[in-house]
Amino acid sequence: MTTPSHNNRIWITIDGRSLQVPPDITIREAAALAGVEIPTICYHDALTPNAVCRICVVEWRGARTLVPACVARVADNAIIQTNSRRVRTARRTLLEMLASAVDLSQAPEIQAMMQEYDADPDRFGPEARRRETGGVKDDNPFYVRDYDKCILCWRCVQVCAEDVQHTFALGFNHRGFDTEIATFFNLGMKETTCVFCGNCVGVCPTGALKGKRLYELELRGDS
Amino acid sequence: MSYRPILTARIGKVDPTSLDDYVAHGGFQALKRALALGPDAIIDIVTQANVLGRGGAAFPAGIKWKAVSTEPGPKYVVANADESEPGTFKDRIIMEGDPFSLVEGVIIASYAVGAHQAYIYIRGEYPLAITRVQNAVDACYQAGMLGERILDRRYPLDIEVRRGAGAYICGEETALFESIEGKRGFPRIKPPFPTQVGLFGRPTLINNVETLINALPLVQHGPDWFRTMGPLDSPGPKLYCLSGRIRRPGLVEAPMGTTLYDLIYNYGGGVTGSGELGGVLLGGAAGTFVTADDLDVFMDFGSLREIDAALGSGVVIVFDTSVDMKAVLRRIARFFAHESCGKCYPCQLGTQRQLEIIERLAADRLRPGDLQLLSEVGQTMTDASICGLGQTAHSAIRTALKRFDFDPSTGHFARFGPPSGVQEALA
Repeated sequence: MTTPSHNNRIWITIDGRSLQVPPDITIREAAALAGVEIPTICYHDALTPNAVCRICVVEWRGARTLVPACVARVADNAIIQTNSRRVRTARRTLLEMLASAVDLSQAPEIQAMMQEYDADPDRFGPEARRRETGGVKDDNPFYVRDYDKCILCWRCVQVCAEDVQHTFALGFNHRGFDTEIATFFNLGMKETTCVFCGNCVGVCPTGALKGKRLYELELRGDS
Repeated sequence: MSYRPILTARIGKVDPTSLDDYVAHGGFQALKRALALGPDAIIDIVTQANVLGRGGAAFPAGIKWKAVSTEPGPKYVVANADESEPGTFKDRIIMEGDPFSLVEGVIIASYAVGAHQAYIYIRGEYPLAITRVQNAVDACYQAGMLGERILDRRYPLDIEVRRGAGAYICGEETALFESIEGKRGFPRIKPPFPTQVGLFGRPTLINNVETLINALPLVQHGPDWFRTMGPLDSPGPKLYCLSGRIRRPGLVEAPMGTTLYDLIYNYGGGVTGSGELGGVLLGGAAGTFVTADDLDVFMDFGSLREIDAALGSGVVIVFDTSVDMKAVLRRIARFFAHESCGKCYPCQLGTQRQLEIIERLAADRLRPGDLQLLSEVGQTMTDASICGLGQTAHSAIRTALKRFDFDPSTGHFARFGPPSGVQEALA
């Protein structure tokens, strides 16, 4: 059944197309080789994939649940569907739930995804709880934190920790729907270990972290 | 009903604070036998007996034991005693009534897989269990049976008792590791599995309390004896936790595969309240509802899976027909929204949206399209969540809607009559 071949390559099938790929690459990478782009939100090329957004889930024949393509690795003879009805339902529902909870007005990639998946966040009704945040935290000269726009993708936490800066100024408060990115004991940013490197602002996909200058220009309507 | 308890045989007879009394009641005979057998033979026995994990996931213990035994050290054994599933109290009764048996089980497991450090992670809300287990560990150290040697064999082993801080998620094995490591209890992505990358990044055997104490009679009597109880694909003795509207609530030890009817009517003495069975929640909040039509089902992992139900940790919560089922579902939805750790989107967002829809259901304000929406939210949580919490957060609600004749036109469950006092109790 299996086809032992040169260079240890393995056979997989993605969306009906069989191809040989190197072993030990992720489904997302394998799909790219097959010309299939898998949508992602939390994923960032420079960071350790954490599989928190689950937008990249795909259907792997025989698996009990859907599988996150950013971290799950291919195996010989895997049969994977990246755009099945089950996958699309999960992605659409995730986008609807996300958009009903947070402000995505400055997240064009996610907005485009919502169009692609016909996501309608209004299905949850007008009283669907939005995240109760303190709004904009403006406590240092370099950047602001707009909690209404935070989608909890973890990118800022990761660049602040082992992935880049090893500063560990950012962590989490509360849990479930009320989870928020926070400093230790909610200290003001200047009182934390933050070195104002700006890496977190650079990786934020939704404008939740923003340079102070840009924020002020937006407030004045000059942006 | 002629079954004689094995796992709970000492409870109520032995002094749970006394090592001497434990030994007088047959304690450490299993360890003695285990040391005579050697690690490979113990693992063969656990594998041949096909012990399925009693925490709820039913993973074959032998596969875990074997996998950890072949990994290089340092490695760890962890007893998962963070018993937090609503309706579950079996591990608590073991730890309070016969704590040395857990310590003995941990020692056998550690010896079998080659671990020299073990942890017992106990739910923080179990103060007596913590005291008793800590006392048992201390007594073993004082008797020279832990530390440099186990029993009289030279084999370094340390056991440390850790307390949980109240989070349901910390019963999930990888979140439990994070907790022991001093971090926030977030589940990790699997693979890698704990047998390869577990506690402190090392190979780790993690088993539920009941799974570990099954090792005691097992090494003494062997796999053939073990498999005389229950079905071959899911054998052995089982602890069932009966509660709710039942005449004799409490812990029942019976062979795996005892019928639901036997548990409720023979062991439990029947249904109280209206006296008529409305539904049964199997496996706790993360479990599944069944009805009086399912009373003949065998209560083992495989048989329940066949009827779209789950044994889970052995929870049997009985609801009579006078119960306000919508209030029960609201309580379950609140539980998951409260306990979701917030790591992955499906669970973090889905448990909240599920709660909102169930609150509308309970308040008779269901909107057109709500049931479809609920089903899509539920399917997304089940399909796409990182860990078992999100994957099971819709299970009880889904099976209630499926089995309790919910009438969308009236917004009522036909099986359940007018609400009684339980509604306020659950609100």
